[in-house]
Amino acid sequence: METRDTYALLGTNGRLADDPAARDVTPELCRGLYRDMVLARRLDSEAYHLQRQGELGLWLQCLGQEAAQVGSIRAIRDDDPVFPSYRDHAAALCRGIGPEALLAQWRGVRQSGWDPAEHRFGLYTLVLAAQLLHAVGYAMGVQRDGTDEVVLAYFGDGSSSEGEANEAFNWAATVSAPVVFFCQNNQWAISTPTSRQFGAPLHRRAAGFGLATELVDGNDVLAVRAATARAAEAVRRGGGPALIEATTYRMAGHSTSDDPTRYRTEAELDHWRARDPVDRLRALLDREEWADAAFHADLDAEADALGAETRRACRAMPDPDPAEMFDHVLPGGSPAIDRQRDAYAAYLATLEEDR
Amino acid sequence: MTTTLSAAITTALHHALETDPKVLVMGQDVGGLGGVFRVTDGLQKDFGPERVLDTPIAEAGIVGTAIGLAQRGYRPVCEIQFDGFVYPAFNQITSQLAKMHARSRGRLTLPVVIRIPVSGGIGAVEHHSESNEAYFAHTAGLRVVAAATPQDAHWLLRQAIESEDPVIFFEPKCRYWSKGEVAAEADLALDAARTVRPGADATLLTWGSMVETCLAAAAAAEEEGHDLEVIDLRSLSPVDVDALTGAVARTGRAVVVHEAPTFGGLGGEVAATLAEHCFDRLEAPVLRVGGFDAPYPAARLESHYRPDLDRVLDAVDRVLTY
Repeated sequence: METRDTYALLGTNGRLADDPAARDVTPELCRGLYRDMVLARRLDSEAYHLQRQGELGLWLQCLGQEAAQVGSIRAIRDDDPVFPSYRDHAAALCRGIGPEALLAQWRGVRQSGWDPAEHRFGLYTLVLAAQLLHAVGYAMGVQRDGTDEVVLAYFGDGSSSEGEANEAFNWAATVSAPVVFFCQNNQWAISTPTSRQFGAPLHRRAAGFGLATELVDGNDVLAVRAATARAAEAVRRGGGPALIEATTYRMAGHSTSDDPTRYRTEAELDHWRARDPVDRLRALLDREEWADAAFHADLDAEADALGAETRRACRAMPDPDPAEMFDHVLPGGSPAIDRQRDAYAAYLATLEEDR
Repeated sequence: MTTTLSAAITTALHHALETDPKVLVMGQDVGGLGGVFRVTDGLQKDFGPERVLDTPIAEAGIVGTAIGLAQRGYRPVCEIQFDGFVYPAFNQITSQLAKMHARSRGRLTLPVVIRIPVSGGIGAVEHHSESNEAYFAHTAGLRVVAAATPQDAHWLLRQAIESEDPVIFFEPKCRYWSKGEVAAEADLALDAARTVRPGADATLLTWGSMVETCLAAAAAAEEEGHDLEVIDLRSLSPVDVDALTGAVARTGRAVVVHEAPTFGGLGGEVAATLAEHCFDRLEAPVLRVGGFDAPYPAARLESHYRPDLDRVLDAVDRVLTY
């Protein structure tokens, strides 16, 4: 089926393409993006191992998708709100969400870890694509307020099959909502490949909805950043919503409960290892000598510190007080729930007395 | 002021739009048309299409975008066109709207009201006559209310819109055109039951479309010398347990009447609550009169499906003679 060319700036050999956007690429920019990706990869790896040690109930690795996340979130303004899915740890880190906040949900001590308003970064959404409609609604609020934020909404190739995703695309186009839908097409929805997910490439479907579209190499952080910046600025100028399909790859299983060897081959992994997003930017830094040994030593130390902090913060999180499950059921409170809280506390007290 | 239940809702929406610039009305055909029941008639003319929005035909989208608008600080009042059309929005209501406040540890508050014309009695085609309140009452994190009179339709809705809680607001469509007084002030809280008719011999517990039926049954019973109490729950979640148990502790006999199928219906919850709290005072088992555990039938059969005066009185006879 006809598809457009994938936009790319950075070859796997670290060579920049002859593209106008390459002129904006500076050593400082590349060092910053490289740092974001290295730190995200370290946190992701630490969390994976913490799960294997029984400290987390579940972890969903973002390994391999760092460029798609870092490139996109670094292309928008800090006050642009983001509505994530659930594997967007690299993007979350870029918004100042730390290890404890990121891990709390997966340790099972809370259902979320951060304040969406403080970080302009929504809670993770586990029922796929629901957040895309929230993003559109939020953007409708932006329109009514007469301000110029652009809403960035993350989702995946699997999510794109959900009815709510397609409602969101259509709705956004209908009201010309200031939204950039950003698909991390990581090729697999648990064990379902994209070939079983859609019959036409997503960026073509999006065009049918009336969205401006981009197909970008999602493992090329510079291309992702340039494409997202272009799309976001067009949206900010009132051009209507856009959809970016970033081609990337989920290098780990869907989650720590998954066994990807049951459905994909080592050869496929090798293909994508050769396109690793972190290695690719490192090749540019090395080729252009844009980062010296001191930079890398500092970054290694920073990553080690983040790793240590991740382990410490995770293990330090205590089990919550059982009374917490009765909190915040209704903003206005409910005597019925208060009675249940009190009754359960009294029941627990009787167990203590029997002890 | 005497008005129809439908107009009582219209004036409540008008008041909310007028007094709070963050209030929005959104749904299918609610703008120029004024909604298929004309409940939103004239609102778009007065407040413009940015505040009274005609939406795409996408129920998940209506609730999902309302959630986003609420996160931005707006107070959307959504209209779902008919009861049977709400299911495409079920994920957004039960997994998103209801849980967001708790899962955010109180950081996100979503003051969204979802108005749903509910129940049968208007000879409608399928999916237009369902009583699906139990799904929502079963979901933690939602308030569920049912209006039965113009007074309650007006004031419950105004209280619902002012509430910080997500509210599912049921409007009995067969009562849209019935008239009644709307007082200048609310006389009850959002979560309070109402004693519609005092009585000493048995208590009828009901809501929405069945309140009028129960009042008619009580009037008929009076002719036979039976003094029936009628209580309108109004708030289906949380339930005003004290009002219900207080009443039944006095009369010792109770019949729960609702239009929804009895199996798994809210009547079972009410009956269990009464058994727990009033066991010593009960003179007879709590009976339920409801729709049958069959899909809502074709229009020519709905009078058999919906509880009517005679079926209510039949149950009353059984609790009185137990």
